[in-house]
Amino acid sequence: MTTQAPPSQQQTGAWSEVESPTSLVVRFPDNDPLEMDSGGQIAPLTIAYQTYGTLNAAKSNAVLICHALTGDQHVANVHPVTGKGGWWETMVGPGLPIDTDRYFVICSNVVGGCMGTTGPASTNPVTGLPYGLDLPVVTIRDMVRAQAKLIDYLGIDQLFCIAGGSMGGMQVLQWAAAYPDRVFTAMPIAAAARHSSQNIAFHEVGRQAIMADPSWDGGRYFEAGQRPTKGLAVARMAAHITYMSDEALHRKFGRKLQNRAAPTFSFDADFQIESYLRHQGSTFVERFDANSYLYVTRAMDYFDLAADYGGSLALAFKGTKTRFCVVSFTSDWLFPTSDSRAIVHALNAGGASVSFVEIETDKGHDAFLLDVPELISTTRGFLDAAARARGIAPAGA
Amino acid sequence: MAEAQRATGNDPVRADARVDLLLIANMVQQNARVLDVGCGDGALLRLLAETRGVDARGMELSQRGVNDCVAKGLSVIQGDADIDLVDYPDDGFDYVILSQTLQATRHPRRVLEHMLRIGRHAIVSFPNFGHWRIRTQLMFRGRMPVTENLSYTWYDTPNIHFCTIRDFVGLTKDIDAKIERAVALNRYGYPIRVNAPWWVWNMFGEQAVFLLTRRD
Repeated sequence: MTTQAPPSQQQTGAWSEVESPTSLVVRFPDNDPLEMDSGGQIAPLTIAYQTYGTLNAAKSNAVLICHALTGDQHVANVHPVTGKGGWWETMVGPGLPIDTDRYFVICSNVVGGCMGTTGPASTNPVTGLPYGLDLPVVTIRDMVRAQAKLIDYLGIDQLFCIAGGSMGGMQVLQWAAAYPDRVFTAMPIAAAARHSSQNIAFHEVGRQAIMADPSWDGGRYFEAGQRPTKGLAVARMAAHITYMSDEALHRKFGRKLQNRAAPTFSFDADFQIESYLRHQGSTFVERFDANSYLYVTRAMDYFDLAADYGGSLALAFKGTKTRFCVVSFTSDWLFPTSDSRAIVHALNAGGASVSFVEIETDKGHDAFLLDVPELISTTRGFLDAAARARGIAPAGA
Repeated sequence: MAEAQRATGNDPVRADARVDLLLIANMVQQNARVLDVGCGDGALLRLLAETRGVDARGMELSQRGVNDCVAKGLSVIQGDADIDLVDYPDDGFDYVILSQTLQATRHPRRVLEHMLRIGRHAIVSFPNFGHWRIRTQLMFRGRMPVTENLSYTWYDTPNIHFCTIRDFVGLTKDIDAKIERAVALNRYGYPIRVNAPWWVWNMFGEQAVFLLTRRD
């Protein structure tokens, strides 16, 4: 049995992050596996995570951030692969709504990801080769179960807050349903309690683009020293369109041409939007693994929280004491306000404490990642009030 | 009219709050579950939470109002009384409050019916269109009244369903709601203390506050 990593895994970029991530790591031993919804298990399980701030003596100030489909644990630090800032630097940091001077902030890479937590690019201990498609299919509940193991490992009974957008919001809802006593406040942003048919359809297009790339090779591309970058780039391009509103696309790009005065009568990237999407695709493949994209999109597709509770979302939250703040964006057509309203409706029916804000913006689904003043002020107000109720000292006190 | 009692006003809760809000607060039992529909910046909810220990929830249409409420630690949902009350389950609350909002709803009767479905009690406050100043303006000027409390022009107003105190009493009969208490407030916001018949209230009350109960 060989334990040597294949050559393609030793190159720089995301794949060095798989085996030796630039973050904190906890490795659970073989006898402490992750039991999964599919009936499979992952052993040993590795979780790569980042923390910011300090856990207080009462261990009451921990905030868990759940990242979205292509996000990772690098919430508020320079990304080790791209060199860019953290993905939620508008929200998490000293003096920001999720104040790292006040709270102990944790974010872990999801199971199935490619930034250090066990995923399809990780080495399968049985073969010594990357898992590829031998990794059991991952669900949102599996991701949350893994996070709960991390929170146990950190010795924290109850999280002050769990927050996340999009797929991160799905994890927030799963946490609140599965571990109500461990969640003081929950902030699902631009999220849904189930993935819609349209959303599954978009994901399927992305997956088919990856699997149609000859370099994908049944998911065993690492052994061949290649990667399905073309397919993955197309998947990213298609998905990226769904993150923006028609209005924002029009405002940013319109029909403007890219560095040329007239159309070239070719299939070159004449339009700025084409050039933009190509750029999004080509930079994405440098930091993301194609098989991870298959696994994580699949996890979102399978998510249907009500189905786990006899078809009633209200039952999922029955008797919960968690305080919820649900946020949606007017121009988000991927996770529209109606999805958030369904969550609010269920929480209300269950008698939960819930606030709901629909924020007016033309920035589409991606608004949760961007500097949207109403999102910042809502989060600050909600968390400040909850922190007072929880008895968490203000920053610097 | 026998069922209407006057507000005693001897249960003051906070000196700095608006009189009409205090009146409403005094109608709410301690530790009740309360939904305030059209809760604005959350002033009443906060008063109720702080002085009556109630589990206070709100619904508000404006994003600014919702943000203000959330910042105060109140549980408030962005929503429209005409559309979103449907989503609330039966008997989820002890009291559902509609303060100075009835006249701005599209379907006042339906809103009131939902309030009494969602809560055992409904508390409604509204401006009285039967007040003598309003009657006088219409009578002598022949124009839609514009007063200090109702400062909008007819063509640019959120208030699309004005009613008088008598009209409102009529509606409570139509929907078979029981009037537990009713109070008319003068132009300074204080209860009219004389033990007067409805027509006096309808003439001299600028606002009215009703506590209704479902009959079942």
